[in-house]
Amino acid sequence: MTQQPKIRVLIAKPGLDGHDRGAKVVARALRDSGMEVIYTGLRQTPEMIVEAALQEDVDAIGLSILSNAHMALFPRVVELLGAEGRRDILLFAGGIFPDEDVPEIKKLGFRGVFGPGSDTREIADFIRAEIAARG
Amino acid sequence: MNDALDLAARVASGDRRALARLLTWIESERPGAREALAALYPRTGRAHIVGVTGAPGTGKSTLVSALAAAARARGRSVGILSVDPSSPFTGGALLGDRIRMMDHIADRGVFMRSMASRGSVGGLAVATGDAIRALDAAGCDLVFVETVGAGQAEIDIARAAQTVIVVEAPGLGDEIQAFKAGILEIADVFVINKADREGAERAANALKAMLDLGNTMKQRRVGRGADLSAATLDASGHHAPGGTGAHAAVASGEWRPPILKTVAAEKRGIEAVLEALEAHRTHLVESGEIVLRERERAADDVQRSLGRALIRRALEAAGPARVEALIDAVAARRIDPRAAVDALLDARLDAGQEGE
Ligand SMILES: Nc1nc2c(ncn2[C@@H]2O[C@H](COP(=O)(O)OP(=O)(O)OP(=O)(O)O)[C@@H](O)[C@H]2O)c(=O)[nH]1
Ligand SMILES: [Mg+2]
Repeated sequence: MTQQPKIRVLIAKPGLDGHDRGAKVVARALRDSGMEVIYTGLRQTPEMIVEAALQEDVDAIGLSILSNAHMALFPRVVELLGAEGRRDILLFAGGIFPDEDVPEIKKLGFRGVFGPGSDTREIADFIRAEIAARG
Repeated sequence: MNDALDLAARVASGDRRALARLLTWIESERPGAREALAALYPRTGRAHIVGVTGAPGTGKSTLVSALAAAARARGRSVGILSVDPSSPFTGGALLGDRIRMMDHIADRGVFMRSMASRGSVGGLAVATGDAIRALDAAGCDLVFVETVGAGQAEIDIARAAQTVIVVEAPGLGDEIQAFKAGILEIADVFVINKADREGAERAANALKAMLDLGNTMKQRRVGRGADLSAATLDASGHHAPGGTGAHAAVASGEWRPPILKTVAAEKRGIEAVLEALEAHRTHLVESGEIVLRERERAADDVQRSLGRALIRRALEAAGPARVEALIDAVAARRIDPRAAVDALLDARLDAGQEGE
């Protein structure tokens, strides 16, 4: 009776902006869709996020950000994951991004970019589909 | 070398990624986990396993984080498992204990893992024992297992840990009520956290009274006892003389759970807790109780594994179609559940004989 693989997701909030309502909503929604969600709270540095992802051996990392720091923080997360040999972890982002940044974020390797008001079911479905495609 | 043995070797050499992966294998019951753990088993038994339990929000994670920092300052490596319940309906879980642990993230001497209880409703995760062994084999000197204290989880933690800390905090309603009967029995160390809040002294006194009462009754039975002094935090956060319940307990030959006050959020009172943990470990070793506990744990492990293995074998031998048919029959009240079990066990026996 091997259990069917559980999807483990890290939800983190890098940057200095001080509230995490959006991140918490996503975390709860993913839990309610049957995933194990590790929530690390506010003001996470890329180093903290990557080390947590490593120890928790997650399948996916969701970064939520409201400040405009994404173009500084996201590449660093990708770089650190690469250094640990864990570029296989699915990355997605949530928050408010200028339209012109979205292709940049995707080019970094973020497979999903979700704006404010995204349907949380859509995010859960996205994760499931991506993980399934990876096998 | 195959994958499992390779992974085991990497875990033994202190590779964090390998340890993380082994924990995933253990949690998802991957067949390789068993082989890797078997290879690592001789390396286990060195770590001090400390359970940390108590009502939601009493400050368990904050306390573990502060204890980890203090242990690191003494050169110990630390493993942390935080177990939270899975939803019995969706199977999902929200694991938030890391929020309080992020201080240690740059420190390679601390490894923290969040675990959902998965199949076990209300108890520790089935995989907890194996996860503890993985951290032990990876070389952690101290392993903290945090779990919300309720029902089965309390009993499970008492089995899995060598030393159990029960964390209470004032202001969670009726203090006496908070010290449920079972918790008095499993606690080796009591921590009254949030001692910066009103009511900490009252909670400590109420607890002391309950312990004294329990002890008077025990004294009548065994004609022996020891004195217990609730520790007092002075203004500087150090424990005043007389607050050395832990040492008093060791000297008397019988362990008396000390009652220690902390302000975990400000890292106050933490050294005394660490000392109490060490004193308890020393007590277990010197009294020989550690051998008895290890024997009990081994018996428990064997029994649980046997149970799981027998269930798996019986289901496999019968095959899914037969199992479904029997379940249908029970649901339709054509046979009773015991009869279904007998049928499954017979199928197993038949299959066993065919194989011979
Ligand atoms: N006033 C005060 N607050 C504290 C203290 N220690 C922890 N807290 C706060 O209590 C809250 C809960 O702390 P946690 O460490 O998450 O408690 P927990 O027991 O691990 O909680 P669960 O895992 O959810 O059961 C947090 O807001 C902490 O900051 C303390 O010594 N004094
Ligand atoms: Mg906690």
